[in-house]
Amino acid sequence: MKLHEPFLLAIIVFVGTGGELAVTRAMKDIGEVHDFSPRNLLRVLVRAFSAGWMWFGVLLMTVAFFALLAMLSWENVSFVIPVTALSYVAGALGGKFLLGERVTPMRWLGVLLVCLGVALVCVG
Amino acid sequence: MKSSAGLHAKTFTLILLMVLFGPLGDVLLRKGMKQIGAVPVGSPSALPDFFLRTFTSGMIWMGIGFLLLFFISYLLVLSWADYSFVQPASATGYAVVSLLGYLILGEVVTSLRWAGVAVICIGVFLVGRTPPRTTETL
Repeated sequence: MKLHEPFLLAIIVFVGTGGELAVTRAMKDIGEVHDFSPRNLLRVLVRAFSAGWMWFGVLLMTVAFFALLAMLSWENVSFVIPVTALSYVAGALGGKFLLGERVTPMRWLGVLLVCLGVALVCVG
Repeated sequence: MKSSAGLHAKTFTLILLMVLFGPLGDVLLRKGMKQIGAVPVGSPSALPDFFLRTFTSGMIWMGIGFLLLFFISYLLVLSWADYSFVQPASATGYAVVSLLGYLILGEVVTSLRWAGVAVICIGVFLVGRTPPRTTETL
């Protein structure tokens, strides 16, 4: 493994998850959607894409996507993809500390199993 | 405010849509690209024809349509549900991808992969037993 590879993996996991957390923040600012008529959904989407958090999130996800492409061009896929399962742990930490969500022991256990399962699926 | 049962019902409905639309879009894109063939890396003159065939393919557009529906469902569910609920729950998509790959594309799914799918399902079951929303509504 080359020196810059742990750095790229960290970008894929943390910047990618950070992007999704920013998108979540944008949607939380809009608030719970109750009306699912096409007209209202269009209004929600227009509001979502005029929020700064949404574009910040999309930017971070784009950076993570290109880091993934770069990584895949150097390393074997079977090594890279299982490691990205750590995103689930990063997501739970981010949800707790950045968005103030309550991650109970039951949810932690579930998240860790999902992380393990995704890694197995990617290896298999 | 919606009752807890109503919140559960709409959260599960949207996550169900996500894990159906996402993998369906992926599989359609993969099937479409397999029909079209590999990117002609060595011959730039073949590129226009390649793009023409890609963007006139009904299968590719259906794939893109399903991925758009996936993203809209994802945004909507995050307007009320916790990220730390939606993210692990949507990993059920891996089970759907494996099933669709096996059933539609005729791919070989190894036993290690099925074991992973089983572990994901147990994890999602546990996450699903926690309340979908633990933050105050703004």
